[in-house]
Amino acid sequence: MSRFEWYGDGVPGVSLEDLTGWLIVIEGTDGVGRTTHVTALREHLERLGYAVAETGLSRSDLANRGLRRAKEGNTLGTNAFNLFYATDFADRLEHQIIPALRAGFVMLTDRYTYSLMARAIVRGADPDWIRKVYSFALKPNAVFHLRIEVPDLVPRVLATGGFDYWESGMDIPMGADHYESFIHYQGRVIEELDRLGHELGFDTIDATRSVDEISDYLNEQVTALLTGRGPRAVLPTG
Amino acid sequence: MTVSQLASAATYGTNQPPWPGRLIIVEGIDGSGKSTQLTLLAQWLRSEGYPVVYSEWNSSPIVKDTTKRGKRETVLTPLTFSLIHATDFSDRVEREIVPSLKAGGIVLADRYVYTAFARDVVRGCPARWVRSLYRFAVVPAAAVYFRTPLEVALRRILSGRPKLKYYESGMDLGLHSDVQESYKLFQSRILDEYEKLVQEFGLTVMDATKPVEIQQQLLRRTIRPLLPRMRRRKEKRDVAV
Repeated sequence: MSRFEWYGDGVPGVSLEDLTGWLIVIEGTDGVGRTTHVTALREHLERLGYAVAETGLSRSDLANRGLRRAKEGNTLGTNAFNLFYATDFADRLEHQIIPALRAGFVMLTDRYTYSLMARAIVRGADPDWIRKVYSFALKPNAVFHLRIEVPDLVPRVLATGGFDYWESGMDIPMGADHYESFIHYQGRVIEELDRLGHELGFDTIDATRSVDEISDYLNEQVTALLTGRGPRAVLPTG
Repeated sequence: MTVSQLASAATYGTNQPPWPGRLIIVEGIDGSGKSTQLTLLAQWLRSEGYPVVYSEWNSSPIVKDTTKRGKRETVLTPLTFSLIHATDFSDRVEREIVPSLKAGGIVLADRYVYTAFARDVVRGCPARWVRSLYRFAVVPAAAVYFRTPLEVALRRILSGRPKLKYYESGMDLGLHSDVQESYKLFQSRILDEYEKLVQEFGLTVMDATKPVEIQQQLLRRTIRPLLPRMRRRKEKRDVAV
């Protein structure tokens, strides 16, 4: 019995029985602190002796260059963009995530299909269609959603370089300028992540809590999962 | 209507385009002669004054680079092969096919979703997933399948072009260590899939062993009933200066 399942029909030619590692996903919108927590969790797990690997969005060897070019010129149709991201994800799933799981690694994934589905839906993709497109994906062993409200997100983004064109959804402008568009766009992305999280059972974390609090919680939850014991502490929800 | 909205169709095959243009597509294995026939059809339509737009597989500029890289470095899997081609196709649908149909053009496509339905399924992608992937595609006004016996197509291809590429030979499937043998096995499987698609989607079958000019006559006969209501370009040749 494998600890893994596919969402749908899965990846052609891959047997779940071969996957002995763990797949842990940190989800959340842009600027919510995912990277910080992935790094901290990695250090914690390595101290415990686990072999850890990491991957994130648009980090595939196959499609990252093309995606970057497409973003620079905004020269790809919206639906094609959604599929290009799916290609990039599939490449990472097959060439990074699955090999690491075969080798028994704990794979920490900075965002997964959910962010990609959310950004596609906000751009008008049919929710049922995009879910089916991504039905080749593995169900992670745990998904943590670092959740934030837009007003709490704004100061963080201001402090770290301002409003990015894509993170503000300026390809489908939702307001007069980057700031206004950011407010609406991020609000919609968070809404879609909430919807997915509710349906798929994400562990939702209040991202306005301190870095240490969140980190302790993540360490505890993941360690409990990996060792097969129950978690010792839970983060009180706000 | 946007392409994203088109994907809300329950399955591929329900998006009947409401636009004034017409989409005409040809399908068939390499060496079936479909491209020759489509070129001849384009010439005829143009001479009749119709605005013709030619759309080819793998032609979206940015995606093409990624596809080329994937093929050159042979890092494509059945899944990414399928997705990258769907990406390219989607870009063409959004930026070329749909706008042209809205504008009243006659869009001729050399290969369409059925190529993916045949090829990706032979590569091991689940048939229902591939069909769902292409839900956003509009249904052609005419879809003509050039049915060719394997030996005929192989003779045409293997005599003219000795250098077979890795993916087009299905070498990624490990069917045979020899490229030519692998190509034959791969094409024969694709042929089997096409026959299923003829049934499933009611493709118009063309006997591709007939002489070129006979096939062209038959093709024009198939297409002609779709044309009369088309907006024609004004003939300017006879205007005296």
